[in-house]
Amino acid sequence: MPQIFSRTANILSKASIAAVGLLVVVLGGVLWAVMMSPYYTNVNITREQPVPFSHKHHAGELGIDCRYCHTSVEKSSFAGVPPTQTCMTCHSQIWTNAPMLEPVRASYRDNKSLSWTRVNALPDYVYFNHSIHVAKGVGCTTCHGPIAQMPLTYKANTLYMGWCLDCHRQPEKYLRPKSEVFNPNYVPPANQTELGAQLVKDYKIIPLQERQSCSTCHR
Amino acid sequence: MKGWVFGLLIAFSLLMLLNLVVVLLMVKGVGIWGINIPVGWGFAIVNFVWWIGIGHAGTLISAILLLLRQQWRTSINRFAEAMTLFAVACAGMFPLLHMGRPWLFFWLTPYPNSMYLWPQFRSPLVWDVFAVSTYLTVSLLFWYVGLIPDLATLRDKTAKPILQKIYGVFALGWRGSAVHWTRYETASLLLAGLATPLVVSVHTVVSFDFSVGQVAGWHTTIFPPYFVAGAIYSGFAMVLTLAIPIRKYYGLEGYITMRHLNNMAKVMLATGLIVAYGYVFEFFMAFYSGNQYDRFAIINRLHGPYAPFYYALWVCNIFIPQLLWSKKIRENTFILFIISVIVNLGMWLERFVIVVISLHRDFLPSSWRMYYPTRWDWATYLGTLGLFFTLLYLFLRVLPAISMSEMRVLVVETDPKRKH
Repeated sequence: MPQIFSRTANILSKASIAAVGLLVVVLGGVLWAVMMSPYYTNVNITREQPVPFSHKHHAGELGIDCRYCHTSVEKSSFAGVPPTQTCMTCHSQIWTNAPMLEPVRASYRDNKSLSWTRVNALPDYVYFNHSIHVAKGVGCTTCHGPIAQMPLTYKANTLYMGWCLDCHRQPEKYLRPKSEVFNPNYVPPANQTELGAQLVKDYKIIPLQERQSCSTCHR
Repeated sequence: MKGWVFGLLIAFSLLMLLNLVVVLLMVKGVGIWGINIPVGWGFAIVNFVWWIGIGHAGTLISAILLLLRQQWRTSINRFAEAMTLFAVACAGMFPLLHMGRPWLFFWLTPYPNSMYLWPQFRSPLVWDVFAVSTYLTVSLLFWYVGLIPDLATLRDKTAKPILQKIYGVFALGWRGSAVHWTRYETASLLLAGLATPLVVSVHTVVSFDFSVGQVAGWHTTIFPPYFVAGAIYSGFAMVLTLAIPIRKYYGLEGYITMRHLNNMAKVMLATGLIVAYGYVFEFFMAFYSGNQYDRFAIINRLHGPYAPFYYALWVCNIFIPQLLWSKKIRENTFILFIISVIVNLGMWLERFVIVVISLHRDFLPSSWRMYYPTRWDWATYLGTLGLFFTLLYLFLRVLPAISMSEMRVLVVETDPKRKH
């Protein structure tokens, strides 16, 4: 009877054992890379907006406080997107004829809201609340990134649950004094760990078990 | 051959029914089943426990009886192991489908993820994932390793080049040399050693799904041993249910002899008595504990709306199998077949009693509610029966149902004319 397989079958069969292991590792790595890439997370990608609003100009160069526009951030779960009237407090006086601002004026004229494209969005099954985070020393830029340097707004973090838990498990790495929460140019001091640990105590941050319990965010 | 095609046709139609149910389930969700609150588990878990229990006989026969050098196992171990695999495949479907979103099943396994989250290791449901997947892996390996010499025989006997290739790939280059045989023996013993604890551990973990919970009728320490005994009981019943027709239609009376049927009937009788002990002690402990909820759970079994199921369970599992004390009945294949089917039914009823009767009237009378299976519950169950028998029919056709290599050894070893 002739041989069923050629000599190379020996090598192929041994190589296939290694290939299976390699395939699992490579496939896992590729999946992880895709999941962490801007392609999937939209991190660092600017979105098209009805008006090319620049946080860099308004919050950075002009130094307008975050709360001037995002009025409900200290009282509500939602930070608030300003109505056209807020824009018009200034733009009825300056740049009144700028073509770039025509959609704002149109919105004001027709009493029709500008429809901004949402940049940072959480799934509906997460009960995120801005007010508690702001009240406990989590700065705007801790989550929203260097907003004062963004000519066009982009998402600065993945907003994955792992990213939330990173801070919920070790808030001392990120907390800042309440007076600095709305400072868009805040740089953490060299002794952040000690300062953070002190702030965790001072601000009476709830214990770890409650911070990472499922029902704290998924009610 | 005609009978085989007919059987496969029925089994395959039921498998297609399973396909239909699964698609419908994906589209509409678990609401198509009769489950509700408080009976959130229903048929899915009843059938899961039933199927996984059936698998246990295969592992017992192949692993423990191998270690104990019980030679009579040789002619039944191959298809008993196949039965284990197919039963575990059917069992595995139920918890996955019952999750409602089966495509997220991998959330049950610990893997690096963007949520920085592990499964809840304190939950028996997670232990279940490990127990069942280990069981499937070891059973598959054991079955496959045992098949290698036979696959080589098939490769050498067949004339079709394509079959030669297929069997050849799976025979892993087996030439039957002395080195091959020593390694084969070592591998079989090692796998038997690995599989032996699984006979006990898998159904113990399954029983934890219940006994770790607080529901009256579940929360007892007798559950692990009584579940394991029940699993072996139902497993041997299923082996008999399959072996008796197979030996008749394939003329295997010379291989699967009366001694095999007799031995299996004895194992059934013994494990059945352990199960009976479990039932009696559930009774006793309910009253001895003085716990009003435990006591109510038993009274509810006896007088509640599902009482007929409980009485049927006693008849099927305890009373009828006592006939097996008689040698005449053990050696009457027809009656033995009927008894084995009755025990299968009885063990299904046992899981129904445990899951549904305990849940439908829990601690708060305001939440009491009846559970009625819908036609889709039945369709899912019948569908997995279809999957099981389709796989079995294909197995009987494609692979040797009795281990040829072990049979050759046995024939030589037990030959009275052989001297040394």
